[in-house]
Amino acid sequence: MHPTQLEISRRDLLISSAATVAAIGIAGGAAAQASRNEMAYTTKLTFTVNEEGRELDVDNRTTLLDALREHLHLTGTKKGCDHGQCGACTVIIDGRRINSCLTLAIMHEGDAITTIEGLGKPDDLHPMQAAFVKHDGFQCGYCTPGQICSSVAMLAEIQANIPSHVTDNLNAEVAITPVEIRERMSGNICRCGAYSNIVDAIIEVAGTKA
Amino acid sequence: MRPFTYERASSIEAAAKVAASNSQAKFIAGGTNLLDLMKLEIETPAHLIDVNDLGLDKIEATSEGGLRIGALVRNTDLAADETVRRDYGLLSRALVAGASGQLRNKATTAGNLLQRTRCPYFYDTNQPCNKRQPGSGCSAIGGFSRQHAVIGTSDACIATHPSDMAVALRTLDATIESVKGDGSRRSIPIADLHRLPGDTPEIETVLEPGEFITAVLLPRPLGGKHIYRKVRDRASYAFALVSVGAVIQPDGTGRVAVGGIAHKPWRVEAADTELPNGARATSRVLLADARSTGQNRFKIDLVERTLGAVIAAAKG
Repeated sequence: MHPTQLEISRRDLLISSAATVAAIGIAGGAAAQASRNEMAYTTKLTFTVNEEGRELDVDNRTTLLDALREHLHLTGTKKGCDHGQCGACTVIIDGRRINSCLTLAIMHEGDAITTIEGLGKPDDLHPMQAAFVKHDGFQCGYCTPGQICSSVAMLAEIQANIPSHVTDNLNAEVAITPVEIRERMSGNICRCGAYSNIVDAIIEVAGTKA
Repeated sequence: MRPFTYERASSIEAAAKVAASNSQAKFIAGGTNLLDLMKLEIETPAHLIDVNDLGLDKIEATSEGGLRIGALVRNTDLAADETVRRDYGLLSRALVAGASGQLRNKATTAGNLLQRTRCPYFYDTNQPCNKRQPGSGCSAIGGFSRQHAVIGTSDACIATHPSDMAVALRTLDATIESVKGDGSRRSIPIADLHRLPGDTPEIETVLEPGEFITAVLLPRPLGGKHIYRKVRDRASYAFALVSVGAVIQPDGTGRVAVGGIAHKPWRVEAADTELPNGARATSRVLLADARSTGQNRFKIDLVERTLGAVIAAAKG
C-alpha cells in the first residue's frame, strides 16, 4: 500500500503546531527514500484486551496506557507519573506485569493484555481484589488497580522461581515472605501509605494458593 | 512527544542499514528509557525501528565454555536464567538490584547498556546540559551534584552511567557483539564500549551511527564468590550512589568494578591486584584520580567502605 493523498491530508489535518510541521518535514524527507510503512504516522493494530479482540488505528505516539484509557475507555488502569516511576499503569501482558505508560500501543500487535477490568468484576472479584477489600489495602484507591495487577503477576514470578534483590540463595527455590513481597512490589508507589495492608492482602492470597 | 514513523525490522542487517542511512532513526527494544526521554523531547527520533522480532532473545552456551546472551533478552529472564544464577551470580544480583519488576520485564540486555544518565539536569530541558545540548554548559558543576561522578569527569560533564548490570558485565569482562550499517560485524570489550565524557559528553559509546548490538558474550565462569553491593537512598527501586561488583576467590584475590561514580562502569585492573591487601589499598588505586565537587565527596569514602563490606562478606 502506497501512501495515498487521503492519508497525507489526514496527517496534515492532525498536525497543527508549526514545530510539529517542521519535524514532519525532516521525517518525510528521510522516509521518502525508505519503504512504504515508514511514511505512516498512524498504525493499525490488533490485540486482545481482557480476552476480547480489539482493532485500533492510532497515532504512533500513543502509549499502551493511552490506548487503553482514551481509545478503549478502560479507565481502570491509571495514569500516575506517566514515566514508569509509580506503577499505577501496571497491566499484565502474556502473564508479565509491565508499565503500560512506557510502551507504545503499536508494539503490542497480537499481544494478550489483561487490565484490572479483566481480572474480576464487581460481582465476581479476583481473589486479590477481594483480599485488598478485606484488608483495607488502599485509601484513595488511585494506585490500587496497578497494585492489584502487579501483585497477581508478582506471585506468578515467585512461582516461576524468578529471584529478587532480597533472595538469599540464587540456587534455591524462592520463598514467599513479606520481605520478598515488599521488595518485589517496590515499583508500585502508594502515596497514602497503605503498604502494610497491601502486604497482608497479598500474603493471604499467596497462602490460599500454596 | 514528536511524531515519528515506525517499522518492525525483519532482519538485523536491514535494521542496521536503515539506522545507518537515517540519522533521525533509533532502535527501540524495551523502550523503558527511550520513551521516557521521547516524552520529554530529550530524544526526538523521526523514525523508530522496532527490533523485538529478530529472535535475539536466547541465552546459549558458547564453544569456549561461556555464554552468549541475546541483545533482546529481558533483564528478568537474564537474572532468572539457571546458568547465570549458578555460574555468574554477580550478574543476577546486579540485575535484580536495578529498577522495578515491571521495568525488568521489558528492559533488554543491550538497552540496559545503552540507557542514558539520570543526571537531573540532563532531564530538565530548561537547564543547560552539554550532553543534551552540546556547548550549552554543565548545570551539575556548581549545581546540586550529590549524585554525580567523582572520577573520569571533565569540565563539560560529571554525569554517571546508571546501570547496575554494566558493573557486573565489566567485572566479568564481557564482550559486546555488534553489526554495523554496512553489514560488517565486530566484537567490543565492555571496557571499551562506554566513553568518558571529555569534550563530547553527548557521545556515550564507541558504537557508530546505526551500529546494532546483537549479543553480549560472557567468558568461562570464574568461580569464587559473586557479590554485588548497592548503596542507595532507599532500600529498593533507586539508582546507586555507589555500587560494588566483585568476584573474590578463597585466597582473597579477585576483581572489582564500581558503579555510580563515573560515566562508565569503573574498573582499574591494577586495583584488582590490591584486593588481598584490603579495601583501603584497593580503593586508593581505584580512585587515584578522583575529583569531587564537594557535595559528592562522600562517595570516595563510600567506595572504600562498601568494598570493605564486600571483602568481609566474601570471607564470611
